[in-house]
Amino acid sequence: MDLSLIIMQLLSGIALGAVLVITGLGLTIVFGMLGVVNFAHGALFMIGAYAGLYLASLTGSFWWGLLLAPVLIGAFGMLIEFVLIRRLYGRSIDDPLLLTFGLSYILVEGVRIVFGSDGIPFPTPPQLIGVLDLGIGFFPRYRLFVIALVAVVLLVLWLTLEKTRIGLIVRAGARDPTIMQVLGVDIGRVWLAIFGLGVGLAALGGVLAGPMRSVNPEMGSLVLAEAFVVTVIGGLGSIVGAVVAGLMVGISISMVALFAPEMATIVMFALMAVVLLIRPQGLFGVRGRTA
Amino acid sequence: MSTSGSTSKITRRTALAGLSAGAALLAMPRLGRAADETIRIGFPTPLTGPFAAEARDQVKCAELAVKLVNDKGGIGGRKVELLVRDDKLNAGEAATRTLELIEKDKVHAVVGALSSAVQLAVNEVTRARGVIYVSISQSDTINEAKDFSKYTFHEALNPHMTTAAVARQALKKGMKVAHLVADYAYGHEMLRGFKRAQAAIGADNVGEILHPFGAADYSTFMPRLMSMRPDVLCISNFGRDQANAIKQAVDFGVKQQMKIVVPVILHNQRLAVGPDVFEGVVGGANYYWGLEAQSKSAGAFNAAFKAANGGAIPTDYGAYGYSGVGSLLAAMQTAGGTDTDKVIDALEKLQYDLTKGPQHYRKCDHQSVQSVLVLESKKKAAMANDNDLFAILANDTGSDDMLRSCSELGHAT
Repeated sequence: MDLSLIIMQLLSGIALGAVLVITGLGLTIVFGMLGVVNFAHGALFMIGAYAGLYLASLTGSFWWGLLLAPVLIGAFGMLIEFVLIRRLYGRSIDDPLLLTFGLSYILVEGVRIVFGSDGIPFPTPPQLIGVLDLGIGFFPRYRLFVIALVAVVLLVLWLTLEKTRIGLIVRAGARDPTIMQVLGVDIGRVWLAIFGLGVGLAALGGVLAGPMRSVNPEMGSLVLAEAFVVTVIGGLGSIVGAVVAGLMVGISISMVALFAPEMATIVMFALMAVVLLIRPQGLFGVRGRTA
Repeated sequence: MSTSGSTSKITRRTALAGLSAGAALLAMPRLGRAADETIRIGFPTPLTGPFAAEARDQVKCAELAVKLVNDKGGIGGRKVELLVRDDKLNAGEAATRTLELIEKDKVHAVVGALSSAVQLAVNEVTRARGVIYVSISQSDTINEAKDFSKYTFHEALNPHMTTAAVARQALKKGMKVAHLVADYAYGHEMLRGFKRAQAAIGADNVGEILHPFGAADYSTFMPRLMSMRPDVLCISNFGRDQANAIKQAVDFGVKQQMKIVVPVILHNQRLAVGPDVFEGVVGGANYYWGLEAQSKSAGAFNAAFKAANGGAIPTDYGAYGYSGVGSLLAAMQTAGGTDTDKVIDALEKLQYDLTKGPQHYRKCDHQSVQSVLVLESKKKAAMANDNDLFAILANDTGSDDMLRSCSELGHAT
């Protein structure tokens, strides 16, 4: 097996992992800060793809879809938090879980009614069609763009959380919401923004995945499972964990595909099982934390 | 004035006639059920899941076949009723639904299923209960002696037939062929068919990759497929898997290096990913509406479907629903009712031509002998309208030679 093939395979894995990172991140942020296990995450990923497609066809440009869909669906997420989830804070973890589980069914069925249950083509933006010659092989331009964009999003997110006042409040709020309230911070608004961010990331993942897969109402169900695997491997609530685990899962799938392609889907669950046996709290999780 | 008066009179009379007909319609199924006169056909199909688009077309066409028979007064005066059930693309679910159809709904026969694994589960149940089952899913094994029973009929094409027809068009001696195959019954049967056809033609196999069923991402298989440097890439999977696999292969620039060939090219999946992605892809099919240019039966079927569905055209898998139910009802017509043995006998002797030319069920294994189409997806610029998806490369007339022999399948000859 020659080296260039292995490098190409690694690159495929990173591109695959990039989308996993974005979706896993949205799930883990919401869980870590709000203690909400969002079962509608996959459905919102799908809604994001449809919104991106719709906005792109409305404005005639993929770029507007890519920019606006996460913002719009993020705002929709804030509405969900404000109207539904907010009422369940302080209750057992099952309540928001069941709520979002039900919500996912409503969203999927809603899309089926509006857009039909067939898939819809999501054209690759014309600037990114085709392959780039990397010297050792050809790689789709669009997938390279996805890797780059995800890197930028991660950088912005990290800078915001670590270097700004808002980030400080968010991190402190995750540690101890009661103290934050005593200090005069409106923690409700922080939670609203965090849920919106989590949903916005899911939608961004959906728009990015659109041109790589066909867009259909069920596209989120597998993504939800993948996002959970990433979150569990990385450690519930850990941002660094989601990034490392997302890339790890993507690269593992890709490398296994090289030697035992029929095992490509199972490998991520095997990886999760191994991590849970050795480090039940996940790679970057904190032991005993229930958020 | 007088004209308008007479018009209103006619309208009133028509309305009365319509009303009474409506009342009769309402009363009829009740009477029928009370006297156990309705002929009930069970129809399990995966209405939810990745094959939902194909399944819905099957239902529409099966309903059309039933409607046409009922419009002509039914079978021996008995109305026909289609009982559609969602098998959720799951063998266990399909077996339960089929058992329910037989035990609770007392169906007289079962038609349907789309996935090859699911149809085998349905066949298990119908075979054990002695109920006729007309499968409209692609499969080789259902006709083999171990799965076959006298109650088992297979209206769909089988992998052996489609792969042979496609290979004849797309492969030449000395060509290098690579395979990307869904890791379940359908994929395995298609791979087996292609390899057999390949060997006969003298093309070389350079590699096979099995992918998990229902995978969303195929990018991880592409570098290895490219490194095999084949002339032809055969992608043997179904439904959304086909759309996703072809789309991602095209993203990786596969089409610049090799031709993409599929055993069965799917109407709905071509619609789902658009003309640019599918351009130049070659695949087999049981039916394509454009056949109406060469076949009167296709024209009649298209017209009937359009009339019943607001001008829409029937699809490949839809046509299976029509011919599967249609052939069964034709046999019941001949048998004069639902007596199982008489209907089996009538099906074995039946010569039918519902969508594309003459068909009949071969006696030894009940496989429908029929024509196979080979289609090539058109490029956008060459499409006359939105429905103009494919060019017909070949229309191989059905013959027993297309099938594996009865003795090869393990049947006594």
